[in-house]
Amino acid sequence: MTFLTQVLNGLQLGSIYALVALGYTMVYGIILLLNFAHGDIIMVGAYISWIVMAQMGFHPAIAILLSVVGCTLLGVMIDKVAYAPLRNAPRLSILITAIGVSYFLENGAQLVFGADAKVVPPYFDASPLSFGSVQLSPIALLTIAVTVVSTAILTFLVQKTKLGKAMRAVSEDMGAARLMGINVNTTISFTFAVGSALAGIGAVLYAMAYTQATPTMGIMLGTKAFVAAVLGGIGSIPGAVIGGLLVGFAEVFVSAIGLSVWKDAVVFLLLIIVLIVRPTGILGRTMNEKV
Amino acid sequence: MANAFCRRDFVKLSGISAVGLGAASILSACGGSGSSSSDTIKVGLMGPYSGDVAQYGLAVRKGAELYVKQLNADGGLDGKKIELDTQDEKGDATEAVNVYNKMVEGGVVGIIGDVTSTPSIAVAQVAAGDNMPLVSAAATAADFVSFGPNAFRACITDPYQGKLMADFAASQGFKTVATIYNSGGDYEKGVNDAFVARCKEIGLSVATEQGYQSGDVDFKGQLTSIIAVKPDAVLSPNYYQEDGQIVTQARQLGYTGAFLGADGWSNIVGGDQEYASAEDLEGCFYDCSFVIENESEDVQKFVKAFQDEYGEAPTNFCALGYDAAMVLLGGIKTALSKGVDLSSDDGRQAIVDGIAQGSVDGVTGTIKYDGSGDPVKPTLVITFEGGSQKVFDEVGA
Repeated sequence: MTFLTQVLNGLQLGSIYALVALGYTMVYGIILLLNFAHGDIIMVGAYISWIVMAQMGFHPAIAILLSVVGCTLLGVMIDKVAYAPLRNAPRLSILITAIGVSYFLENGAQLVFGADAKVVPPYFDASPLSFGSVQLSPIALLTIAVTVVSTAILTFLVQKTKLGKAMRAVSEDMGAARLMGINVNTTISFTFAVGSALAGIGAVLYAMAYTQATPTMGIMLGTKAFVAAVLGGIGSIPGAVIGGLLVGFAEVFVSAIGLSVWKDAVVFLLLIIVLIVRPTGILGRTMNEKV
Repeated sequence: MANAFCRRDFVKLSGISAVGLGAASILSACGGSGSSSSDTIKVGLMGPYSGDVAQYGLAVRKGAELYVKQLNADGGLDGKKIELDTQDEKGDATEAVNVYNKMVEGGVVGIIGDVTSTPSIAVAQVAAGDNMPLVSAAATAADFVSFGPNAFRACITDPYQGKLMADFAASQGFKTVATIYNSGGDYEKGVNDAFVARCKEIGLSVATEQGYQSGDVDFKGQLTSIIAVKPDAVLSPNYYQEDGQIVTQARQLGYTGAFLGADGWSNIVGGDQEYASAEDLEGCFYDCSFVIENESEDVQKFVKAFQDEYGEAPTNFCALGYDAAMVLLGGIKTALSKGVDLSSDDGRQAIVDGIAQGSVDGVTGTIKYDGSGDPVKPTLVITFEGGSQKVFDEVGA
């Protein structure tokens, strides 16, 4: 029974990492940018939920909607303001810009909201469900379900729709895609919108499970999700999900055997080992089929 | 995580530099004493009023200033008004020693301070050489009172809290306990280790001790291991943000037993944020020196005076600041009654003796010193009922 609960804990944590890792992998797949501000978009999403529910007293459904919409708009705006002008600049400039955006969001949040944690009210009654002697957290079940559905929709979007086809084309060869009449800027904006919407969903699931929003919450979350994306093979959608779950399971099982202080070390060690054995990640293939 | 750094830590970097500065301070102290004019008594008040830990310094300062204001309104001591020399040490040990030297040159007869542990230790090292009476509101590190008989604190120590909660757990009939604590935090580890040691002495079984790191937000792995051993109670001696997370996540996993905490829980509810819900906190316990929910007459009088003065409710630190001022001025009063010159060596000794042998009725309880700088005073055990805090028990000294 304890084992089952630990598996569920791992799945829940891994699902959140997977959602965040998907955002990393999408953006990297299309413009080869490690969007370090991605974790901080989640932080903003959690604060939006807090403002809408705790400050304005609106229904949780509105908070979920506004968090996802807010993150989506923020992601697109960051791309337009900070990354788009650097589209033809060296990769390093845009990487450093991403770090700058990340600091801007963190310190901006600290200025506006203060350094103290804000408590996001519960979205719904989260008392555990009992199945005989087994107690399951509804939040964990919901998190896993939402991640499965999101991944399915995303896969459909990328593989079966016209926009998805455009995304794959841009990711393979931006110049050629432009010559074929694909609007590259729109496609990139759309990718940011999808990645950030996933961050918004991740923000809501995170706030459900961990109930607190702090200005720096995106840093560790973003780093772990980045590890997950690289583990799975950055640029690969199933890879991001596998990587996320792997990181989640690794953390929970290290804690479960009583070595919780080694948790982060184990995750990063895992990354080092995978990079040595398989530099492109578990499902990563060099150059083909990104996004 | 500004709070994770709070009052207890800030590494002991500055020990060496503090000793060097100490020698300088003794020289300067000899030159510049005795500048208190005859109708005022000058007392130092130091703490961090800017920087990372400013919130604690400012809270202590409000409490201390309120006590001095009230005392002066009642005519002062022996007809002399108390003049506070208030200086910011920015939470820095070197700066704190500089501030100490300036205060000594300015002719203070005693100092209320310092606030956080590391600067307090630096100041205590220097002040021991001068035999300068020091009363800290919040320095919980054991070392603070180890340099000389001149240093006192108004707060209880980390190990004392751990021992107290272990005894409390036994008194509640708990047989098996577990702990979850920040294994990288001096405060959390201090309380946890003393709790576990005491449990072993009194025959309580500690089924598992789970650690975590600063900045962690997911405690489900550790909590699932804890729930598996079916403890009667779980000790979470951390700061309120993490305690809130731990309690909330444990409830999500179906744990229904009690949580025990230490004074880091003080702000878990009652401020502008509720770090865990009323239902989740029901039946949990923690120890502390002061809550505004305490219905004792002295506490309510203090809460009202504080609210009239500052327009906000006092925190634990405000109350400790108030009591630290009361302890120091109590010692000064005793010294005055002996007719010694306060700024002389005999005067300082008389103040130190006055504090050591006296007893004051503070808002955090009656404070006495039993041959050491650690207070002998009652501690409150707080519980939660229907979303509000309530004094469950008062544990004698």
